Amino acid sequence: MFRTLFRAAVAAIVLSSPSLALAQDGHAPAATTIGALEVHDGFARATLPNAPVGGVFFAITNTGTTPDRLVSVTAPELGDGQIHEMSMQGDVMKMRPLPDGIVIPAGETVTLEPSGLHVMIMGLKAPFVEGQSVKVTLTFETAGSVALELPVLGVAADSAAHAHH
Amino acid sequence: MLKTFRLWLWVAVAALGLTALVGAWLLRQPETTSSFGGGVYSVLDQNGQKIDQTMFQGHPSMLFFGYTHCPDVCPTTMAEMAAWFGELGDEGKALHAYFVTVDPERDTPAIMGDYVNWVSDRITGVTGDPVEIAKMLKAWGIFSEKVPLGGDDYAMDHTASVFLLNNKGEFEGTIAFRENTATAVGKLRNLLAKS
Repeated sequence: MFRTLFRAAVAAIVLSSPSLALAQDGHAPAATTIGALEVHDGFARATLPNAPVGGVFFAITNTGTTPDRLVSVTAPELGDGQIHEMSMQGDVMKMRPLPDGIVIPAGETVTLEPSGLHVMIMGLKAPFVEGQSVKVTLTFETAGSVALELPVLGVAADSAAHAHH
Repeated sequence: MLKTFRLWLWVAVAALGLTALVGAWLLRQPETTSSFGGGVYSVLDQNGQKIDQTMFQGHPSMLFFGYTHCPDVCPTTMAEMAAWFGELGDEGKALHAYFVTVDPERDTPAIMGDYVNWVSDRITGVTGDPVEIAKMLKAWGIFSEKVPLGGDDYAMDHTASVFLLNNKGEFEGTIAFRENTATAVGKLRNLLAKS
C-alpha cells in the first residue's frame, strides 16, 4: 500500500518536474540573510532505503562588494556534510569533493543544485523523508555561520519552489 | 614458355581472389559475433540467487549501472524508470530493468534489494563477487572509478546512461541521464515493438 503510494508519488514528481515546486503550498521559501549574503531556495532530496548519503541544495546571493567563501556545511543530527561538485563528462557521471569550499563572488549568485555543486551528507543517521525538514549550518569565511531548516522534497526533485515556474 | 607463364598468371589470380575472400570473411567476423555486451559472468540478484549473462534473454531490458551510495544520478534514474514503467502500463509488461552496482564491495544483495524494491518490483538489483562484476562491467564497456572522500569513504564515477537491450539481450540504444520523459518512453515503445 505504502509502496504503491510511494511509486505513484515518484511517478507524479518525475512526470511533472516543473510543478513539484508546489510542494510547500506554492510559497517560495524565504531567504535567510547573514551579513551581505542571502541564502535562498534551499531543499533536500528524499533518500531511497539504505542510501547512506543525501543531497542538500540552496542558492547564495552575495549582495556585498567583496567575495566570500562557503567553507563548510555541518549537520550533526544528520551525518557529516561535505561540499561536492558533480558533472557529466559524456555519459560518465563524475563526483569531486571541494575541500576548499565554494567562492561566492561579490554581486553574484551561486546555486547548489542537483547534477552540479551540492552538499552531500555522508553516513546518514536516518533517511530524508519527503514532507519533513532537515537542519544544516552553513559557515562562511567572512559572514560567519547560519542555521537553516530546509524542506525535504521528492527523490528526484530539481529545485525548491519558484514563483516564476 | 608462354603457356607456363599463363598458367602461373592464373595461379596468381586465383591466389589473389582467395586472399580477398578470406580477408573479407575475417573482417566480417567482429560484426557477426558482436562482442559488445557479450561477456560471461556469474553474479547475484537481490535475493542472493546466482544469475548470469542469460538474464537478458527472452524479454527487452533496461540496463543501468550505479551504486547505492550514489547521491544524485542513481536515485534520479531509479525514479525515472519507475515513471516510465507507470507511463507504459500494460504496454510495458514484457520490459525488465536491471540496476547493476559498480560498488560490489559495499552493495550486498540485501542492500540492493531494499533499494530497488521500494522503487519498483520491475527492477532487479545485481551485485556479486567484485571479480565477476568487473567482467560484467567490461562486457558492457562501463567506466567506473573510485573517488576518495576522506577516511574510508568514497564515491564512484561511472557511466550513467540507461542501455536498451532487445529480447536477445543485444544492445539497441541508450536513454541519456535526464532525457525527457516523452523521448525516453518513445524509445521504450520502439524497443518493445521490435522485441
